[in-house]
Amino acid sequence: MKLYEHLGKDLFAQYEIPVPRGRLVETVEQAGEAAAELGEVVIKSQVLTGKRGKAGGVAFASTPDEAKKEAARIFDLCFEGFKTEKLLVEEKIQIEQELYLALTIDGSAGSPVVLASLDGGMDVEEVAEERMIRWPVDNRIGLQAYMAREICRRMGVSAGLQKELVRLLPKLYKMFREMDAELAEINPLALTPEGLVAADAKVTIDDDALYRHPDLPRITEKTALELKAEELDLAYVELEGDIAVMANGAGITMATLDMVQHYGGEPANFLDFGGGANVEKTSQALELLLGTGPKVLLINIFGGITRCDVVAEAFVRVKASKGIELPVSFRLVGTNESEGREILEKEGISTFNSMDEAVRHAVELTG
Amino acid sequence: MAIYIDQDTRVLVQGITGRQGSFHTAQMLEYGTKIVGGVSPGKGGQVVEGVPVFDSTFEALEKQSAEASILFMPAPFAKDAALEALDAGLKILVLIPESIALHDAMEIMSYARQNDAVVVGPNTFGLISSGSSKIGIMPHRYFIPGPVGVVSRSGTLCYEIVGNLTENKIGTTTVVGLGGDRVVGLHFIDVLKKFETDPATEAVILVGEIGGSSEEEAAAYISASMSKPVVAYLAGRSAPPGKRMGHAGAIIERGRGTFDSKVKALSEAGVKVADLPTAISPLIKAALGKA
Repeated sequence: MKLYEHLGKDLFAQYEIPVPRGRLVETVEQAGEAAAELGEVVIKSQVLTGKRGKAGGVAFASTPDEAKKEAARIFDLCFEGFKTEKLLVEEKIQIEQELYLALTIDGSAGSPVVLASLDGGMDVEEVAEERMIRWPVDNRIGLQAYMAREICRRMGVSAGLQKELVRLLPKLYKMFREMDAELAEINPLALTPEGLVAADAKVTIDDDALYRHPDLPRITEKTALELKAEELDLAYVELEGDIAVMANGAGITMATLDMVQHYGGEPANFLDFGGGANVEKTSQALELLLGTGPKVLLINIFGGITRCDVVAEAFVRVKASKGIELPVSFRLVGTNESEGREILEKEGISTFNSMDEAVRHAVELTG
Repeated sequence: MAIYIDQDTRVLVQGITGRQGSFHTAQMLEYGTKIVGGVSPGKGGQVVEGVPVFDSTFEALEKQSAEASILFMPAPFAKDAALEALDAGLKILVLIPESIALHDAMEIMSYARQNDAVVVGPNTFGLISSGSSKIGIMPHRYFIPGPVGVVSRSGTLCYEIVGNLTENKIGTTTVVGLGGDRVVGLHFIDVLKKFETDPATEAVILVGEIGGSSEEEAAAYISASMSKPVVAYLAGRSAPPGKRMGHAGAIIERGRGTFDSKVKALSEAGVKVADLPTAISPLIKAALGKA
């Protein structure tokens, strides 16, 4: 779960990482009031896209009137489909130098890693490889002062700055660990006359650890349909095409979408209803898909934990209650295959043995 | 021959009294896996599918020895159980649960490294040495003995591919599920090294997907040190960037871990990359010299 900048900065403040003084506002008027209080300010749209600066979502203002004008302009902007609901109005800080600092998870090493560079303030992908210091952290000992000193030596920072970074890095690690973060990024980490200040905050919390953080607000980038799917505990992603796809298992669902494209079709969605779903859950998944108005329905079941008879029964039940008018291509093999087919055949529904045939048939049905 | 496990591997089932744990204990016993005990704190003294249940891994190991453990429990309890198993001296852990928190997974992995133990998963179907032992939840009728090693990040897709091999009368030595999460114990490269030195394995199938850099690292190893032929299939060609496609690992971010970069790396390493899951059997036949 990605956190808005202001929430990330609240966390930083809790862990004693300096952030600029600021106010979170929801109206143009409030933006003016915040500027009256703070003096020269920077106004930042609170959206989750990383490209908000380039899209005009950040502005400076020296007077309350100017702040109101800029706030009004930013409230009107749309960022990758998302409107700005809140603005962060912060005191303008005096920046002498911009650094990059982040903690994230290195999947191949299975450990946390510090990323640090003297080239802060720019798009992290544009930082030259040799200018980005990577330091894997052994999570059994955590982030020690010597690591911070060594990272500083490799970055080539001055002695004064090193002292500040050695104080700051363990705080960032502590937050990263305790808050179950996947990413805690400060870009830029600004050197000001008063010391280091986190001028921005990009924090992502591990979705699977949210149960340990009941106090954090829940933020979603999902569409209404995707949210409904989440309630039903289905892995669902909306796509652009017209063939609705339902399969069991993430890998095989992806492979089914790939195969649809391979044969010239376009999938309308990714829907993995998981392993071992019961009739109720399978029916709900089907109903959700039918509600999206696809042209063709493609069901690809390779039953391991998932039982073919359960899927067949769910299909027959939904057909009886809601009516399934659109053409269906049904592949059904694996656990309790013959029972499943029997249920479907009674209703006059035939199935395929191979995934290949079922996908090709589905694509033909759209034509 | 096979890798990691064989008919003599003695296995504990942690979380044996749960619905999944007891069901899969019966399935594994049916396949021939040597399950010597179950563990469920507070349920010691019970018997599940003829297997004695103990209160702790330590207690189970006082009664008889074991090398491996398979874990069935809700994700929030997995870390404690895994660390207990490692502390008690088990050397192979199969972590079935999905949605284990990343920081929990990282702690498990670093403790496993310290103890020279192998962790399969989390979010895996386990591993199976065809015809002799399975420590996992895969439907075992598709797994017949033969000369092909298989290593996969996803479950059902792997069954699909092994099922297709079986239809074509091609069997497997060992099939390993790495798991779909971002932090997992085994990576392609670890399993490829084992297959390379396993005399029974003549060719290898790698089933990958978008996200992460595991396939690219495998390609570097294959190109430098692997003599056996490798055939690959990769899922996620059609996935839009930035969206999680069910597997936490399968996310394309910032242009890394893309389908194209993986295909390119593997092809350059001499790996035949199949267009479709069904195209694997002919490629593997050719690799085995049976075309």
